[in-house]
Amino acid sequence: MPHKTFFWFIFPTGLAMILFIGLPIVSSFFQSLHIETQQVLMEVENCDPFGCQTNVRVDVEATDKLREENPLGRFNGFGTYLDRNHLAFDEIGEAWNSSSSMGEFKDIVLNLPFYKALLFTLTFCFSVTPPVIFLGFIVALSINTLAKSIKGLIVFGTILPMIVTPLIGSLVLFWMIDSQGIIGASIQILFDDPNLSLKASSNLTWITLIIYGIWHNTPFAFVVFYAALQTVPQDPIEAAFIDGASRYQRVRYIVIPHLYPVATFIMLICLMDNFRVFEPIIGFSAEGVAQSLSWMIYQDLRNENKMLFGSAGATSMLTIIGIAILLTPVLIRTWKEFRTER
Amino acid sequence: MDTRINKYSKQLIIINSIFILFWLTISIFPFIWTLWGSFKVKADFFSRAEWTYALNGFNTLIETGATTTVKAYIESWTEGEFWRASMNTMIVTVSVVSISLFLGTLGAYALSRSTYKYTFYILIAALIFRAMPHITLVSGYLFPFFQLNIWGILPTTIIVLVAINQPFTLWLLYSFFKTVPKELDESALIDGCSYFQAFRYIIMPVMWPGVVTAGLFSMMLAYNDFTVTALLLNQENYTMVPKINAYLGTVEYGGNYMWAVSSVVSATAPLFMIIWFFQRQLISGLTAGAVKG
Repeated sequence: MPHKTFFWFIFPTGLAMILFIGLPIVSSFFQSLHIETQQVLMEVENCDPFGCQTNVRVDVEATDKLREENPLGRFNGFGTYLDRNHLAFDEIGEAWNSSSSMGEFKDIVLNLPFYKALLFTLTFCFSVTPPVIFLGFIVALSINTLAKSIKGLIVFGTILPMIVTPLIGSLVLFWMIDSQGIIGASIQILFDDPNLSLKASSNLTWITLIIYGIWHNTPFAFVVFYAALQTVPQDPIEAAFIDGASRYQRVRYIVIPHLYPVATFIMLICLMDNFRVFEPIIGFSAEGVAQSLSWMIYQDLRNENKMLFGSAGATSMLTIIGIAILLTPVLIRTWKEFRTER
Repeated sequence: MDTRINKYSKQLIIINSIFILFWLTISIFPFIWTLWGSFKVKADFFSRAEWTYALNGFNTLIETGATTTVKAYIESWTEGEFWRASMNTMIVTVSVVSISLFLGTLGAYALSRSTYKYTFYILIAALIFRAMPHITLVSGYLFPFFQLNIWGILPTTIIVLVAINQPFTLWLLYSFFKTVPKELDESALIDGCSYFQAFRYIIMPVMWPGVVTAGLFSMMLAYNDFTVTALLLNQENYTMVPKINAYLGTVEYGGNYMWAVSSVVSATAPLFMIIWFFQRQLISGLTAGAVKG
């Protein structure tokens, strides 16, 4: 295809992507270098019969004027990245010097907002992915043995958790495990403890969120494994059968090795998607004990009157760096695939 | 093929059936429970005292005079203005699907037919774009959109969703176009068609399965989106998902919990029906690109 034709075909979609994906990233970075204009303070002398007092007051007019002149705020360089809510190098250095043991140091660092969120995000990513791959594989194997007539219906039932948006999915589960919902109330009766609630302790909330993550992601792994199972060559399986291999051995030594590349694909996609975990935290009202990086950005932007663009931008950039690290293997894989294709 | 290989022992069949039943319970029951509970009052759906209240509608009977009630549905659709939210969702979904298919098919066709190296870099760039968390993009939108005064309205959100959706649509359609033999449009070109005519009259008619699949994914993205719609739309223009979240936010003031429950059912039911019809396309789309190696 000549360059000119190609250009006109690709132009609309390319323009859309550059304007609304490429530029926002640049704009986010630009924002992260600025910080909101501070309020202009002025001293006012208040005199009454008992004497004069000087009070510090916010000069609303001057502040508004300054904000209007410079809506993005003042230039702050990488200051926002280093403040207490982000990388917090100063605080970490201080903690390193002041804390007597490794445990104490760890406690201080993991209580800083950014590291707290990072810890949750990574824990979520890495505890959801392995069970998802395992469960997805088992479900695919067992549905694969079913008769064709009922397969369609069961596949439909299986993929439901994946179809609904995470917010609705987590709400639906949350209403059941709420201390007044069916599962939550039953657990209380079962353990005979009226105060037992999945929301009460942070560990239980984390576990709930992780279980939700597994519930939501397993259907995806199932679908991919299920499709891959149809491509397993029959000849080696037959040969193994004739040689007396049991069903388990056939699965273990023929089917699983065939599915390795697929499993890597699922793992990478899962890690990447779960790194953005955010909606379940809102659905489960778990903001108090579980914050993720995406949730931090949402929090900065939620308040319509006082949006912290700088802070949100800085967290965005740090999240993108995280994604980039996770994305590298996918890129390498795609690169190689393309090379071999041509 | 030897049929004995696929013969299963009795125990295996039993274990397998139990496992599948167990799995289906986990994946379906929450939805059935929500559907059932949406016809009860709050005191029944969240009954701490006695869970069977949720089944027999004890409090529902006291409060409304029947064991089931559609009060929450009627109230959320009228008073809660869920009709407006669902209309907005309709507008957003239909526009996003049609625009992104239009842009996506053009771009993907070009990518699949060009033999130059830059196609590869465009696809890699699309892959990187696809990995960007939506919330980080939103944080980049807000400031410029406020400055340009285009925040809060539906067209902005539609264009943003189309753009966010493009990388995936491109990749999906690209892999579908690759399966259409090149000879088909090459012969049309020799017969004097322009590239656009070959695309429009020769390739598109055989591409419908791919287009339907891509459309399905665009639809799911637009219909389900929370991040973009919640932050880029103002209250009046909310689509269904942020609206449901808004009901929950006001729980302290209005006790609208059941509004949220019934709206979840109202929002999920159409989606499930569509997926029921297009299940095959959904699965073929998810596996495109995954099951090669």
